[in-house]
Amino acid sequence: MDKRLHSTEQKTGVKEEAIATRDAYGEALLELGKERKDVVVLDADLSGSTKTGKFAKAFPDRFFNIGIAEQDMVGTAAGLALSGKLPFASTFAVFETGRAWEQIRQTVCYSNLNVKLVATHGGISVGEDGASHQATEDVTLMRVLPNMTVIVPSDGYETRQVINAIADYYGPVYVRLGRVKVPAVMPDDYEFTIGKAYTFYTGRDANIVAMGIMVSIALEAAKILKQEGIDTGVVNMSTVKPLDTETLLNTAKACRLIVTAEEQSIIGGLGSAVSEFLSENHPAYLYRIGIKDAFGCSGTPEELLKLYGLTADDIVRTIKEAIGR
Amino acid sequence: MKDSRGCRERDIAFLKEQAKLVRVEILKMLAVAGSGHTGGSLSAADIVTALYFSKMRHRPDNPSWRERDRFILSKGHAAPLLYAVLAMTGYFDISMLKTLRKLGSPLQGHPCSRALPGVEISTGSLGQGLSVSNGIAIGLKMENLSSRVYCLLGDGEIQEGQVWEAAMTAAHYRLDNLCAIVDLNGLQIDGLVSKVKAIEPVASKWSAFGWNVIEIDGHNLEEILNAFDEAETVKGKPSVILAHTIKGKGVSFFEGKVEYHGVAPTQEELERALKELEVNG
Repeated sequence: MDKRLHSTEQKTGVKEEAIATRDAYGEALLELGKERKDVVVLDADLSGSTKTGKFAKAFPDRFFNIGIAEQDMVGTAAGLALSGKLPFASTFAVFETGRAWEQIRQTVCYSNLNVKLVATHGGISVGEDGASHQATEDVTLMRVLPNMTVIVPSDGYETRQVINAIADYYGPVYVRLGRVKVPAVMPDDYEFTIGKAYTFYTGRDANIVAMGIMVSIALEAAKILKQEGIDTGVVNMSTVKPLDTETLLNTAKACRLIVTAEEQSIIGGLGSAVSEFLSENHPAYLYRIGIKDAFGCSGTPEELLKLYGLTADDIVRTIKEAIGR
Repeated sequence: MKDSRGCRERDIAFLKEQAKLVRVEILKMLAVAGSGHTGGSLSAADIVTALYFSKMRHRPDNPSWRERDRFILSKGHAAPLLYAVLAMTGYFDISMLKTLRKLGSPLQGHPCSRALPGVEISTGSLGQGLSVSNGIAIGLKMENLSSRVYCLLGDGEIQEGQVWEAAMTAAHYRLDNLCAIVDLNGLQIDGLVSKVKAIEPVASKWSAFGWNVIEIDGHNLEEILNAFDEAETVKGKPSVILAHTIKGKGVSFFEGKVEYHGVAPTQEELERALKELEVNG
């Protein structure tokens, strides 16, 4: 079954195939393992799904399956970081950030340890498994922690760059990846930098600030809006923390309306981060597209994105209503 | 009995004296702070004194020495005990102890590794130290270092589920460079451990989880040192020392009193306690 959400034709200069960000992670981690001997990987019995299994197969001596014990996995990763290793700890986002939140707070962030928490199965696009396995508040939970960096890559190409970038950065990092294939959206010459947003285009009427799979959906929406004469831009705010406030400020100054788009609760995630900054620095007309204080449910990813109002049509409607057309 | 460190008999007398001084420093700093955990600091004082003054290889002038043995205070509320031994072995000036719990002090209410060199990892939220110890132990093995990891847990603390997740991990990865110590003082904040939520049978629990179990009197320095030595000889599995202790040990009117779990001595109590330690020491 083809799990692709959209066509890959939105952006010229993009040659990559649609790929799930978790698959890109598996490949990037394998490459990183070849280059750096200090890289160790931990998983909590989901290495087949998180794709850390590729690393495990290539480097069994540097892979530690901690079993179904997320709290212990995070603590063990912290210990490995203390002994000079570069640990990547992976499981599903809901378990990584929810089950082990206090371990992340007390042990990883408080001590500012070099632990990389790379979780897959973020958002409702997890699909059929339902709410118990769909992380809809993971970005919220991680963003609130001091010392934490939070990154949500938009496609496979960006994911590979993110993995390399966080390996070279000292400190706790949370990366949220997805289960389903997403179209390649980032241009070939794109270079990811932690804390730097990517502006595809700045619209005069509206700009969509998006993260993760919502970037490609935002691009789709912007295309539709442009055809209808509404000049709409898109910013990929892949680093949710620290927020690229410079880009955000310039974007807000250039248009009448900002719309945030995230496959996450509108409480505490990207929409909140953008709202918080703009309210204090450049009050703007703003709407948040995201999951509105609700749990997910079972269904296909496509059905769920529609049910929760996360499609290009939803963004188009929101923007049109907001600017009165 | 002799070992590479010299005559054990002489060590015992020396260690007894150090343990007494550690208790004195704990009580003094707690009295100045006006709050903090007296009982659990005193119960583990002999164990931690034996580690820092005898068993562990460490360099107070170089806290990040790569080949050092590691001590993880999983029961982070015994911070005064850790601070006392760190100061007395030369990690920082002993006068700093009176800043415990004060604004701007590196001696936070619970240990903070970013604030104080010598503290391996911040603790205070119970149940997390053993997982961290496992990670360190795995890392040391990967680096082919013979350093050992010591992790001190409280008895109430082992009610935390993560402890048992970590217990399984340590056995699975055969972490024989790891030695956990459970300070079995029998009390937790709300009362007797056996009343709050029973943990017995403790020995068979650890044994069933694949650990080598050593039971000792946690105030007998000879037994403490022998236990650490035995743990070092056991290969292929981690060791746990179940140390039977008395909460508040060393000060008669604190001993076995749950009221002194999280309460500091008053000035009057401090004077009486110091007098007692001097007489008994």
